[in-house]
Formats: sequence, structure tokens, C-alpha cells
Amino acid sequence: MINLLETLPDIPAVELEWMALSPLLVLLGVGCLAIVLEAVVPRSYRYLAQTALSVLAIVAALTLTVTNWATMPPSIVAEGLVAVDGPTNVFWSLLLVVGLGAVALFAERGFDGRSAFASAASTVPGSPLEREADRLRREHTEIFPLLLFSLFGMMLFASANNLLVLFVAVEIFSLPLYLLTGMARRRRLLSQEAALKYFLLGSLASAIMLYGIALLYGYSGGLQLADIDAAITAGTASQGLLLAGLLLTSVGLLFKIGAVPFHAWTPDVYMGAPTPVTAFMAVATKTAAVAGLLRVFYVGLGGAQWDWQLLFSVVAVATMVLGSTVALAQTDMKRLLAYSSIAHAGFILVGVVGAVGGGEGVAVSSVSSIAFYLLTYGLATLGAFAIVTMVRRSGGEANALDAWKGLGKRNPLLAVLMTLFMLSFAGIPPTAGFIGKLTVFSAAWVGGYGWLVLVALLTSAVAAFFYLKVVVAMWFQDADEDTVGDVESPSLWTWVVLLVTAVATLVLGLVPGSLLSLFADAAQFIR
Amino acid sequence: MPLPLLTILALVPIIGAVVVFFLKPQVGRLVGYGLALTTAVIGVLAFVLSIQGADVTERVSWIPALGAYYALGLDGISATLVLMTVILVPVVLLAEWHVGEDATARWGSNVFFALALLLQGFALLVFMADDLLLFYLAFEATLIPTYFLIAGYGGPARRQAAVKFLIYSLVGGLVMLVAVAGLYAVSASAGEPSFLLGDLMELDLDNSLGRWLFAGFFFAFAVKAPMAGLHTWLPDSAEQATPGTSTLLVGILDKIGTFGMIKVCLWVFPEASRWATPVILIWAIVSVIYGALLAIQSKDLLRLVSYTSISHFGFMVFGIFALTTQSLSGSIFYMLNHGLSTAAMFLVVGFMIRRRGSADIDAFGGVQKVAPVLAGVLLFSGLSALALPGMGSFVSEFLVMAGSWQRYPIHTAVITLGTVLAAVYVLRMYLRTMTGPVTDQVETHVTTDLSLREKAVVAPLIALLLLFGFFPKPLLSVADESARGTMVSVGVTDPAPQVEEGN
Repeated sequence: MINLLETLPDIPAVELEWMALSPLLVLLGVGCLAIVLEAVVPRSYRYLAQTALSVLAIVAALTLTVTNWATMPPSIVAEGLVAVDGPTNVFWSLLLVVGLGAVALFAERGFDGRSAFASAASTVPGSPLEREADRLRREHTEIFPLLLFSLFGMMLFASANNLLVLFVAVEIFSLPLYLLTGMARRRRLLSQEAALKYFLLGSLASAIMLYGIALLYGYSGGLQLADIDAAITAGTASQGLLLAGLLLTSVGLLFKIGAVPFHAWTPDVYMGAPTPVTAFMAVATKTAAVAGLLRVFYVGLGGAQWDWQLLFSVVAVATMVLGSTVALAQTDMKRLLAYSSIAHAGFILVGVVGAVGGGEGVAVSSVSSIAFYLLTYGLATLGAFAIVTMVRRSGGEANALDAWKGLGKRNPLLAVLMTLFMLSFAGIPPTAGFIGKLTVFSAAWVGGYGWLVLVALLTSAVAAFFYLKVVVAMWFQDADEDTVGDVESPSLWTWVVLLVTAVATLVLGLVPGSLLSLFADAAQFIR
Repeated sequence: MPLPLLTILALVPIIGAVVVFFLKPQVGRLVGYGLALTTAVIGVLAFVLSIQGADVTERVSWIPALGAYYALGLDGISATLVLMTVILVPVVLLAEWHVGEDATARWGSNVFFALALLLQGFALLVFMADDLLLFYLAFEATLIPTYFLIAGYGGPARRQAAVKFLIYSLVGGLVMLVAVAGLYAVSASAGEPSFLLGDLMELDLDNSLGRWLFAGFFFAFAVKAPMAGLHTWLPDSAEQATPGTSTLLVGILDKIGTFGMIKVCLWVFPEASRWATPVILIWAIVSVIYGALLAIQSKDLLRLVSYTSISHFGFMVFGIFALTTQSLSGSIFYMLNHGLSTAAMFLVVGFMIRRRGSADIDAFGGVQKVAPVLAGVLLFSGLSALALPGMGSFVSEFLVMAGSWQRYPIHTAVITLGTVLAAVYVLRMYLRTMTGPVTDQVETHVTTDLSLREKAVVAPLIALLLLFGFFPKPLLSVADESARGTMVSVGVTDPAPQVEEGN
């Protein structure tokens, strides 16, 4: 007996750096707690409990992230699986800020006292059960823990230093999103269809990515990003395996970013999902996916830079051109914003291609400029979708562009705000979007991709045209009786989101200096 | 800390615009006009201080990561254009006093006034910026109020015209942004990145990259100061917008183009400027002649005035790139005079159109007999446009030609044709609208001569044009000084006069 025990290998306890991982753990823990609450708290108190808990969790995680950022040196933690370095801190902060905005939009119940989510998502649309659930106001409050789980997955994704963790994180953040997509209160069939589409395509992309990870493992014999980097530097293994692995891994990442040719899900899912979920997806998914992409390709595959720079520049051109030209033909606001998000994915990839490493004295690196770009894009997107929820017709959102005609007459304040967001999307000063474009394109130029910058700016001109279409509809077209959308005033939740995003869009357009410097100082990955 | 005079100068109209936007139309335009006058006082003060050598520059670090500064300053060129801007805006506002009362106007007068003030504030920032990024920021920001000015007030097809304006300007602006990003890349690789014009001038850009970047900037400026081929947005906008908007557009906004050619193209890219000169000079000549020919065949008064401007901008560009002290200072002085002279043309034509209800030249005839003062003012502004001696525009046009002659006698001989054509389009327009028998239509529609307000609009313009015509010296010496500075930074000297010494 004693003998047997002595022959057992010594299993050391897993060393976890609790403080460094605390933001992740808080979200995960509170998410689990929130599920338990669903079971014990009476229905009438759940909304209050869940919103309060979500806000508290995110604020706590944000505080911890900022504290860690200020006090801890960059380190690789959790047995090498997670890297908590400058970019991680930046992207975690971005994701948490976006998450806070998303909670506010999720919690909105100001329109006829209803939320944007179905009362009982499991009921068949149009069935008596559905009406019953609706009448009894059995609204889901599980949306908040789902949001927290998703956010946890995104943060893990942004910091994953190991390809398996990367894959697990993708699944963690995607599964709640698939669910949330199918939970719209109105046009439920459309919403469910979108969810199914998203799920099927998303699973396929994940599977392909997993295959790519397997190939990279075969190439390098390791799953750590550093292993792959070492294998590339050594250069002894099969080059074909590396290229195939690189290509397939990038498929999964580009799918989440919404880059051409993996963009097809975006318009349908954006249109079908409840608008708060669309806003969250459009910003947070993209932020997380770009963060993951940057880490995998800069840290793990940095040695194969020449191979993927070509790949990404082709994808970037295709994405920008397709996103901005197809958007021209859209007549639905949510679809328009979906194509706009595709175009922005292309602009972000331009920065990725530049691959200007961060470090001492590097003022504009790819990572810092992309992070800033994502922030400006995120602010404008959250704000724009918040306004989308406010323009309504017969009890639901009126997403057709026709409904927006004459908004400048009916509600000048809202039209001014929407114009501001559109200008920021188009990259026209003095909005934050301009500074974002300037920094990303500067980084690409410094990286030696001047021609790509030229293409990017020409497509920006095309993109400006459809943002202008919205502005023209609001200010210069007269409303049509049959299609006009009424502006309904939401509760404080949405107003706060609107106010914060609008002010930030303007302020970051005028005095972006300190934030840019902050990002620039935190632009270096550790291996 | 000294009073930040230039910041105040830019902020008074910008903040004022926000206030005016939210006021009632009647109150708003009074407040707006007051603000425009206040800005004018501050602007003239800044002008006087700067030419007396006072240090009005401001510099604060703005985006350290990019090396961008909030840097404002006034040299001869900027001071001249600031002066022109602050003079023109109150004149335009007074001319468009009733703009919001039009049935077709989208918004009230206060919004027009607010937008005009906003435009003024941004334009002032452009002219005063000593930092390229700040320059670009303000350059692009001017598009927003201008777009709304064109699309909100004027003719039936104004929305399309506004979109056309915006697309042209945006494409130009974005091409320039490529060049701005490229300059950043050069500046960053040379060490500490900086967008200060002074630092950019130190960069070594005497290579093919420098020429590409130069081309990016020049393209944007050529769209703005419309040169033949890139000009088609201007006549459309001028035809559809109100005359006041057109005045702001041509008088102030388009000057950013010629201003940028000097401030950015010549200063930062001296080698590339010299390299591009042969092509640009030809292009400028084509603009002069082509613009004049278009003006001659034009049937619409507003289009005609905009075509004359294309011709005049050709003159300015020619003077800039002929690269002699005289031609440069002539061009700088021309910018000011052209602003005043075109303002007079557009606004007087606007008065005619408002009375007659049509901008068609054939709809007029014999107006002279019904409204002699109106006719006289039109004649005067026309003579200024054709650069009659005694007008400020004559002095500047003469200087451009005299300066260019030293280096490019053949080019100059061709461009002289432009002045002849100018006489044709001005006099032809005057003869067909003002002289001859009074037509029935004119009889019924043109019932009043210029009102007191309208006289107050044109009086300062006429006075200033005459003043600059007879006493050009003070302003010319300002222009001359900055022309000399520019010559030094481009690294060229005037050709030695080839006069044989008499015994």
C-alpha cells in the first residue's frame, strides 16, 4: 500500500496567479452565481438582481484590470496558458467597457416597458404558450449571465497564449452569442433563423480552426505560441504543414472578425439578432477576435510574417471593397451597419498587415493603433445601435432607412448624435474615427504598405457615401406617412450609453493624445 | 501666460455657432451677425499685431504619440487670408439676412448663420495652423458646415450638388490623408515624429517618395482651388447654393487650396515643387483659358461667376509655381482681392436673381434703366473681375504676370489671353443683362433698386477694392515678405534682370 503511493508521480498543485487572473475569475464566478440566482430569487426581483450583479461584476473586473495594469509587470500566468501583458490589459479594458455598454442596452425596458428579448425563447413563435408567457411577462433574465460568460470567453481569447486555450475561449464566447441571437422578442422566426445560421457557420469555422491548430501542432510539436515561434525560427519542419496550419487557423479568426470571404453570416445575424445583442456582437466579438488574431500571428507566427502579410493584404482589400460597395445598396439600417462593420474589419486588417511592433519609443505601433481604432469604432457602433433601438414603429424597431427620413425635423438632438456617429464611421474630423483611421493607416505605412493605405482611403471615400445616405435621409428627406418611424424615449440606461459614446467620440477626436500614448506604452506582447 | 488671441479668434465663431444654432431665427441672426463682427475685430487686431512683429504664436503638445501640436501662428500669407475671411463673413451674413424666410429653405436663418460661423471658425484654423495634422483636421472639418449650407438653402437640385461637392472634397481629402500618413512615416523614421510645419521642412524629401507625397497634397489642393478637370463640382454647387454660400465657398474655402499649395507643397516639398512646375504651369494656363471660355458660353449668371473663379484660380496657381518673388506676392495679394471681387460679383448677381426670380442671362435686359445703382455695382464688380487698373485685382494680376515674365515669357504671353477673355465675358454679361431695351419681364419683376441693406453689403467691398487698388503698398509689403521667405525655403532666386547697362 505504502509502496504503491510512493510509486505514484508527484502531482504538483497548479500554480495560479490569482491576482493577474482576477478579472477573468470575477466574471466567471459572478456568471455562475447569477445562474444560481435564477433558481432562487423570485421572478419579480430577478431583473434588478441580475442587472446590479452584472454591472458590479464588470466594474469590479475593470477595476482589477486597471490595477493590474498599473502595478504588475507583464507576465505569463496559469502555467503558461494565459499572457497578461500590455495588449491584454488594453483589450481587456476595451472589452469590459463595451460589456458595460452592452449591459445597459440589454437592460433597457423603457419601450412600453418591454425588453428587446423574447419572454420565453423556448415557446413556438405564434403559439398560445408564447402569448401566455408574454402576458405574464416571463422575460428571461438569463441574458445577463450569458453576457458575462461571453465576455469571459472573449477576455480569455484575447489573452490566450496557447492554441487550445484559444479554441476553448472561442467556444466559450460563441455559444452564449448563438443563444442570445435567437432571443429577439419581435420577428422571432427571423431571429431564430439567424441564430441557427450563426451556429452552423460558426461551428464550421471553429472546426476548421481546430484543424489548423492540429496542423500547427504537427508542425511545431507544441501548442504554446512560443513553441510555434521556436519551430519557425528553427525552420527544420515541413513548410507545407506550417502554411496549411496558418491558413486554416486564420479562417476561424477571420470568420469572427467578419472578413471577406467569411463575412456572409454578418448581415443576416446582425439583422435577426435583438439589437442590443447585435451591438454587443458588432463591437465585442470583433475586438476579441482582432486581439486574438494579433497575438496568434504576431507572437506565434511572427516568423512567418512574409506569408501572412500577403494573405491578409488580399483579404483586407477584398473586405474593404466588398463591405463598402455592398453597403451602398442597403436600405435596412441594421444591414447597413453590418456591411459597415465588414468594411471596418478590412480597415483594421490594413493595420494588422503593417505589423509594426511596439516597444520603447515606437509611437504608433500596429497594436496600439488598432486598439484605438477598435475603441472609436466601438463607441460609434454602440451609439448608433442605441439610436436604432429608439426609432420605432407600431411597437417595434423600424429598421428601414425610410423610417429615418425627416428625423432631423422630428428629433434634432437624436439626428445630431447619429450624424456624429456616422461622421466618426466615415473618419471625418473632428471625430474619433478620424484619429483611428489616421493611426491605423500610419502604422500600415510605417510597415511599408503605402499602397494598401491608398486602397483603404479610396474605399473610405466609397464608404463615406453610404454613411452620408443616412445623414441625407435624416436631414434632407421628408418623412413618408406609411413608413415614418417615431422616436420613443428610452429609459436612463440607453441615454447614458448614448451620452457617453457621443461625448467620447467627440473628445477622442479632439484630444486623443493621452490615450494614444497609454496604448502605445502597452503595445508589446510577451512570449 | 499671454492671451491666446488666435485661439479666441477661432473659438468665437465656433462656440458662437453652437449658441446661434439653438436660438430663435430672428434672435439668432442678430447674435450671429454680432459674433461675426466681433470676430472681424479680433481678426483685424491679430492681423495688425502680427504684421507689427508681435509674437502671437501658440504651441501646445496635442497628440504626443503622433508628434502633433496644437500650434497656431500668423505669417504674411495666413494673416492676409485671415483678414479676408473675417471681412467676408459679416458681409455675406448681411447679404443673406432673409435666407431662412425663403419657402424652400430647409431651416431658419439662424441655422444658416450658425453654419457660416462654423465654417469661418474652421477656415480660420486652417489658415492659422502651424501643424500639418491640425491643418488637415480643420481642412476636413470645413466640409461639414459647407455641405449643410449647400444642401439646406438654394435651388431645387442643391442636394445633388452638395453630394457632388462632398464626394469631390472627400476624395481629395482622403488622398491627402494618404500623404499625411506617409509624411508621418518619413518623420517617424527620421527620429522623433513631428507634424510641425517647421520640422517637416527639415525632412529630406528630395526623392521619389517625396514626389509621390507632393502629388497627394497637390491633388487635394487642386480639387479645392478647382483647376480645370477637377472643377465640375464648383459650377454645380454655385448654381444651386445661395449666393452667400457660393461666396463663402469660392472666396474662403477654395483659398485653402492655393494657401496649401504655398504652405505645404512649396514649403515642405521644395524639390518636388520644382520638379512638378512645368506640368502645373501648363495646367494653370489651361485653367485660365478654359475657365474663361466656359464663362463666355455660360447662360447662367451663377455658373458664369463660378467659371470666372476657375480662371482666376488658374492665375493664382500660375503665380505660385512661376516661383519668383513678384509672382508669388502677386498671387498672395490676388487671393485677397479675388475674395473681395468674387464676393461682390456673387452677391450682386444674387440681388439681381432674387428680384427677377431667374438666373438665366436671357431673362434680363435693360436693368440699367430700372435699377441704376444695381447696374453700377455690377459693372464695378465686373471691372474688378477683369482687373481694371485702379482695382486691387489689377495690381495683383499685373504682379503675377510681371513676375512670371522674368522666367516664362512664352507662358506669360499665353496667359495674357486670359485677361482679354475676361474682358469679353464680363462686358458681354453686362451688355446683355443691363443695357438694351427694358424687357417686359424685367419691368414686372425688377421693381426696386438696391435697398439700404444691400448697399451696406456691397459698399465695404467696393471701398476695399478701390483702397487696395490705389494704396496696395501696406498689404503688398506683407505679401512680399512672405513671398521672399517662401522663395528661400524653396531654394530658388529670382532670375537676374536681363537689362543691358547703358553707358
